[in-house]
Amino acid sequence: MIHRIHQWRDSDVGASFLASPVAWVSFLVTFACVFGAAFSPWVAPHNPFDLATLDLSDARLPPTWIEGGRAAYLLGTDDQGRDMLSAILYGMRISLAVGFASVLLSVVIGVVMGLLAGYMGGWLDVFFMRLCDVMLSFPAILIALLIAGVGRALFPDAHESLAFGVLVISITLPGWVQYARTVRASTLVESRKEYVMAAQVIGVASHRIMFRHVLPNVVGPILVLATIHVATAIITEATLSFLGVGVPPTSPSLGTLIRIGNDYLFSGEWWIIVFPGLALIVLAVAVNLLGDWMRDAFNPRLRSGR
Amino acid sequence: MIAFIAQRILQGLFVLLVVALVSFVLFQYVGDPVLFILGQDATQDQVDLLRRELGLDSPVVVQFVHFLGNAVQGEFGMSLRQQISVSTLIAERLPATLELAFVAAVIALVIGIPMGVYAAIRRGSALAQVFMAISLLGVSLPTFLIGIFFILIFSVGLGVLPSFGRGEVVSVGGFTTGLFSWAGIRHLILPALTLAIFQLTLIMRLVRTEMLEVLRTDYIRFARARGLSARAINFGHALKNTLVPVITITGLQLGGLIAFAIITETVFQWPGMGLLFIQAVNFADIPVMAAYLCLISLIFVLINLLVDLLYFAVDPRLRVRLSST
Repeated sequence: MIHRIHQWRDSDVGASFLASPVAWVSFLVTFACVFGAAFSPWVAPHNPFDLATLDLSDARLPPTWIEGGRAAYLLGTDDQGRDMLSAILYGMRISLAVGFASVLLSVVIGVVMGLLAGYMGGWLDVFFMRLCDVMLSFPAILIALLIAGVGRALFPDAHESLAFGVLVISITLPGWVQYARTVRASTLVESRKEYVMAAQVIGVASHRIMFRHVLPNVVGPILVLATIHVATAIITEATLSFLGVGVPPTSPSLGTLIRIGNDYLFSGEWWIIVFPGLALIVLAVAVNLLGDWMRDAFNPRLRSGR
Repeated sequence: MIAFIAQRILQGLFVLLVVALVSFVLFQYVGDPVLFILGQDATQDQVDLLRRELGLDSPVVVQFVHFLGNAVQGEFGMSLRQQISVSTLIAERLPATLELAFVAAVIALVIGIPMGVYAAIRRGSALAQVFMAISLLGVSLPTFLIGIFFILIFSVGLGVLPSFGRGEVVSVGGFTTGLFSWAGIRHLILPALTLAIFQLTLIMRLVRTEMLEVLRTDYIRFARARGLSARAINFGHALKNTLVPVITITGLQLGGLIAFAIITETVFQWPGMGLLFIQAVNFADIPVMAAYLCLISLIFVLINLLVDLLYFAVDPRLRVRLSST
């Protein structure tokens, strides 16, 4: 274990990570957010979904350091007496879950389509690439909004899992294109190389060549794209939830919290909206910076210049 | 070249057809319009008669063609929530969105270009770095949060600007605008700024990159050698040559502005098409949703077609490559 850490520290990527404060600060922040969100039932001081512990007389309390605030509620409470800090941690859990699920689905769809288009070629290639062109001609947020809106209209009182499904699909649909294009481009290069020809000559099946031989060689850049995509997906989810077409109200994400806080913008209870907003910004910027650093660090062309 | 354009037009038509199909399915889902019109206690004869009159007894394909015919004429029926015809409703809301998008585009150009020029000429200076930091923030912050923080600062905190609605509007030949009254302009500032920020940062980065590119070229060096003033070189020679792509891209981003307006309009309760769409979604007002879907995809298909034609006109290499294949 210790040997591995030393090895990592002496590698190019490890050294550049330790030398860049932006990299490790954004990594720490991202890690803290993911940790706090994943273990929110144990980390959060209260359970915002436990109706038994909610008390309406605790509603709309300011943060601890402001007159009238209580030590039990560090960031104040919302309109139903829920602890803001706990609500943010639970909300972040939902935001991250939707974000990760959408990115994962995008990667799977995009990689499969890219491999098929690049390796098989022919009409399949033409069809997939036309589809990508069409997708790229609309802004991602517009596609997501329209699909989420149509989904909301078709299933007005949908079961929770269905609502989440529609949401994930609406974020995924404009998202897979970038992976399909990247994978197709590198598959085109790889499939002309000798190891692929060798596999073809000894009669390995196409699907086996694609997924066992070509895939490991084209998957590298995908990881970097996916990291940056997580930040975009979280922001898209928050925007949809803020507009009321995102997660179901029974499981509020960061965007839902901001939507609730929007009603108290003018009554002086700024903490109900500002803290979830800041949490969203910190999370999105940290993940973005981490992705930027990864892109630079894993790009051998940029690295050789140093 | 004709083949290329024809292919693009076909592709656009295909997109429109898919969107129309989605709208049609939405309509099918609304429920039986006959019961909606006649009420529960109509006789079977009345129901059958109306069914024939509305063409509901014909096959689904014929109904879809009928729907397409109506959609082409902008006829989407009545709004379920407001009992006004959808076309009137959209015509009422369209000017607000266009005004917002137009002013945002102007703001993005007027602020973005000078910032980009400065960031290129004084590269590495403190202010240029501040500009770059702002642009990074503008790209990574979600639009709706920028709007909310603007409201918190300028409406709640300082109390200097309104955050809600359009204020006073004047109708000019059916096109309502707030640009002719002080109240209207004051109401426009925050939403337009919010909508502009993303485009502004894009334009700034584009101008900076293009300027840096141009400043390296031989004719700029020659101009320096001739002893022209820095001002004449930077603005007369360099900026002029960077503006072509910038203006093209801004024009093409107008569609993006109309799409992003959905978010801005909701934050500021700006009575445009985007807010209309979100309200329609929340009230399951299918005719309005369907009309918006068709209209926005038409706008995008037209803009994309324009882009393709424009690239064709601007880039001769594309013409050569396509005619050779």
